Amino acid sequence: MTPDKLAYMANQIATAFARLPDDEAEAAIAAHIDQFWDPRMRARLLSLAESPKTGLSDRARGAAALIRRPETA
Amino acid sequence: MKDFILPDADFGTPARRSDKTVTLTIDGTDVTVPEGTSVMRAAAMAGIEIPKLCATDSLEPIGSCRLCMVEIEGRRGTPASCTTPAADGMAVQTQTPKLAKLRRGVMELYISDHPLDCLTCAANGDCQLQDMAGAVGLREVRYTPGANHFETRQNGEANPRFEAKDTSNPYFTYDPAKCIACFRCVRACEEVQGTFALTVEGRGFAARIASGTTDFLSSDCVSCGACVQACPTATLQENAVIEMGTPDRAIVTTCAYCGVGCSFRAEMKGDQLVRMVPWKDGKANRGHSCVKGRFAFGYAAHPDRIQSPMIRETIDQPWREVSWDEALAFTAQRLRRIQAESGTGAIGGITSSRCTNEETFLVQKLIRQVFGNNNVDTCARVCHSPTGYGLKTTFGTSAGTQDFDSVEAADVVLVIGANPTDGHPVFASRLKKRLRQGARLIVADPRRIDLVKGPHVQAAHHLALRPGTNVALLTAMAHVIVTEGLTDSAFIAERCDAEAFADWAAFVAEDHLGPEATEALTGVPADQVRQAARLYATGGNAAIYYGLGVTEHSQGSTTVMAIANLAMATGNIGRPGVGVNPLRGQNNVQGSCDMGSFPHELPGYRHVHDPEARGVFERLWNVTISDEPGLRIPNMLDAAVDGSFRGLYVQGEDILQSDPDTRHVAAGLAAMDCVIVHDLFLNETANYAHVFLPGSSFLEKDGTFTNAERRLNRVRRVMAPMTGLADWEVTMALANAMGAGWDYAHPSEIMDEIAATTPSFAGVSYDLLDREGSVQWPCNEAAPKGTPVMHEAGFVRGKGLFVITDYVPTDERTGPRFPLLLTTGRILSQYNVGAQTRRTANTAWHGEDRLEIHPHDAETRGIAEGDWVRLASRSGETSLRATLTDRVSPGVVYTTFHHPETQANVVTSDYSDWATNCPEYKVTAVQVALSNGPSDWQEDYAAQARAARRILPAAE
Ligand code: SF4
Ligand code: SF4
Ligand code: SF4
Ligand code: FES
Repeated sequence: MTPDKLAYMANQIATAFARLPDDEAEAAIAAHIDQFWDPRMRARLLSLAESPKTGLSDRARGAAALIRRPETA
Repeated sequence: MKDFILPDADFGTPARRSDKTVTLTIDGTDVTVPEGTSVMRAAAMAGIEIPKLCATDSLEPIGSCRLCMVEIEGRRGTPASCTTPAADGMAVQTQTPKLAKLRRGVMELYISDHPLDCLTCAANGDCQLQDMAGAVGLREVRYTPGANHFETRQNGEANPRFEAKDTSNPYFTYDPAKCIACFRCVRACEEVQGTFALTVEGRGFAARIASGTTDFLSSDCVSCGACVQACPTATLQENAVIEMGTPDRAIVTTCAYCGVGCSFRAEMKGDQLVRMVPWKDGKANRGHSCVKGRFAFGYAAHPDRIQSPMIRETIDQPWREVSWDEALAFTAQRLRRIQAESGTGAIGGITSSRCTNEETFLVQKLIRQVFGNNNVDTCARVCHSPTGYGLKTTFGTSAGTQDFDSVEAADVVLVIGANPTDGHPVFASRLKKRLRQGARLIVADPRRIDLVKGPHVQAAHHLALRPGTNVALLTAMAHVIVTEGLTDSAFIAERCDAEAFADWAAFVAEDHLGPEATEALTGVPADQVRQAARLYATGGNAAIYYGLGVTEHSQGSTTVMAIANLAMATGNIGRPGVGVNPLRGQNNVQGSCDMGSFPHELPGYRHVHDPEARGVFERLWNVTISDEPGLRIPNMLDAAVDGSFRGLYVQGEDILQSDPDTRHVAAGLAAMDCVIVHDLFLNETANYAHVFLPGSSFLEKDGTFTNAERRLNRVRRVMAPMTGLADWEVTMALANAMGAGWDYAHPSEIMDEIAATTPSFAGVSYDLLDREGSVQWPCNEAAPKGTPVMHEAGFVRGKGLFVITDYVPTDERTGPRFPLLLTTGRILSQYNVGAQTRRTANTAWHGEDRLEIHPHDAETRGIAEGDWVRLASRSGETSLRATLTDRVSPGVVYTTFHHPETQANVVTSDYSDWATNCPEYKVTAVQVALSNGPSDWQEDYAAQARAARRILPAAE
């Protein structure tokens, strides 16, 4: 999974919740990712969120803090 | 004679529904029947058979043969019982000397224009003319042969009335010499199939039937076979019966092609399948079928079928045939080694939407219990996963809300992103029947599908939207419904979440979402959208049927929710005639989803986060179930390229051909160390496989399929598996080779495990299915005989949830290099990747994939009908031949993906639905230009495929 593609997917989810206020949207994005992404995808996303300039939208980046930490990173 | 092959009882005329009953006496027996029932049917219900030729209970009677006449006390003459309604107090005599004489006279006339070659006739033993001659006691024909239709020569000259056989259709023959002009065929084509391909030419003695002005194959005939089934003589006869003779027994089973799930009687002779005849009591199809289910089963005996397991170290080697034991040991060892090296999550599997529920359940069990992870997905990923997400979010459960019978009560039908006459033909026939009775139709599709205008059917509105703008169009319809005050407030107040509704209503009412504002986007005139929305909201019972044109978009899930919003806003949920109905592609897509084929869900749509649901399986299977969602198919392929995913078990699925962006799929497969393909044929995916496990066809195993109405139909074994093992046995053997210790003796035991673990199936058992024929889930204590209509009293989730559906344009954009939009679909005679149908005579109708292009777009590119063209996108290119048609709008091109030579998915993009990763098949920006023939890629691909399919001669 290229970082670009992961970021793209996370941003797509963020867009789907664009109508919600910031905090609700971030919670919704994180919940969606927790429900549907396997741990290795989440781990990669989390490391993406740590470095700046990775193409992640602000809200996708904000949601990262709420995402369930995968056990094996 | 007909009884030899156990026909369904024929009551002569269709059943009538009425609250009132009438009681009459027939041959001294009292019979009570619903008002409107014919005397003939009433008699049959009392066990009294009245001779008949032109009547059969699938068709409205016309009273033409006069064989069925009866005497009725107080009435003059001898009325035809098929056209005479039963009335209270009637006293009917079916057998009197007078009737016997008249009937013999009728038969004598028929026989005088019929060749008397019964002994060598294909219908011998299965002919109603023969039966009736016997029944009326015909002993002589007094007419000397005069003008007739059966002698090739008369008085030394060619008989002008004789017509030769029409053998153009690969599956049946029309022999006009044997026609008795009962017109059952013509009526079947009209009333049952709705194609109107047959006509009557001439009158009286001269009357003949004709398939338009051409032979059957080149006519409008879609080869559904309804006419063949209706014909009482050998005039229209299955070629299989001509070749093999009449069958001697019948076993009821279920079609393995599409999500309609038609029930069939598999008519057998020994262990040979002679013909498939749609079963009258099948609740999905009510005695009808299409060309695929009825005729296209020859693939099951095709010489291409692989009969032995095969393995190879690497994919550049030829295949080596080995024993089951060796193949399974090899596989188990490889999979365990990969897990030892790269972790538990490094392997996974794909369940099949073509296999049975029991088989699918076992594959996901293999992955969850034996592999120890949730890396299981299914081809529904690439078709209806957005349905799962969208309907679960809005209604609380991931399934269509109605049964197919429901369409009989619909007043307005909205078909969106589906092409039922090609994709779901039997449902289309039932829909067309309702439309001919006056229901109104709205079609939303970029292409002018056949339903838009056909014989005696015309859509009230065709909203020819630009591919990729579904959400904008549906939201514009919602805008009209809300701003014009057409919502069903009582329904919403009682059944839906009030706050969510208020938010949604405020959202859709925004000016920039109205039809006028979005017209430029969707390409649909605002006025049409307004009228369609009004019709949907106010035209009576309104039902929505949708297909892959809805789901296979980057906003697929959003579109499904927009559909659900519309239905809730207008109160069109929870009773017959309304609802939201996904038309499922493959025979068991619904079932494979139900059975826990998704990486985040256990059977019955319970999330792996749910400890209670996990607990049920943990206790039974004695393992810990991972609470982490697994990889979805596209994620598996990505992870394979990364090296973290290395082994894949694929049952009955050809992901290389059916999934988008072929190159990406090929790269993912090529990167893995153990790809196991379990299939009937060396499919395209098998080119990248290390292990091939030969599969069994639906004729060779017991099980169940669940169709688009949530109906569980039984699949019954009619012959032994060609390879010795049914698919469920192979999966079990693989699990056991990995140490599982399973011991199922029969698929019914697997169903018992499903029922024990999955609340919505709690009441299902093979006993129940044998008793009821079929049942729709949920089937449990609350609904012991299943649930035809869902959400009747309340939504499964409690209150229906309106969801805001912002339109987000796809990132797949047209531009100067790729100015056209490609959308894909299927046609009637072929099925999905075509692995089965290409191996039948169905290729007579569709020998290759063609690119449909508007004449205007063709002209500017110098393309003429039949030219080879290059179809290129940002992902890749392929070549195929062009067909010029105004079915597609300018700017849009269309093709099918039934043939591996075309590999239409080389051009489809990697974009996918935001919620489910369901690929965006339905929109790709492309360019089209003249070419000389197959592209380099196609030639390379063909060469690779040839090399990968080599099989070493068996060892020793
Ligand atoms: S096969 Fe079907 S479509 Fe063709 S003529 Fe017969 S009834 Fe009509
Ligand atoms: S072809 Fe068969 S069904 Fe049609 S009119 Fe002739 S005998 Fe009747
Ligand atoms: S392919 Fe579909 S419509 Fe045709 S017979 Fe099979 S289940 Fe019925
Ligand atoms: S069966 Fe009644 S008229 Fe032919």
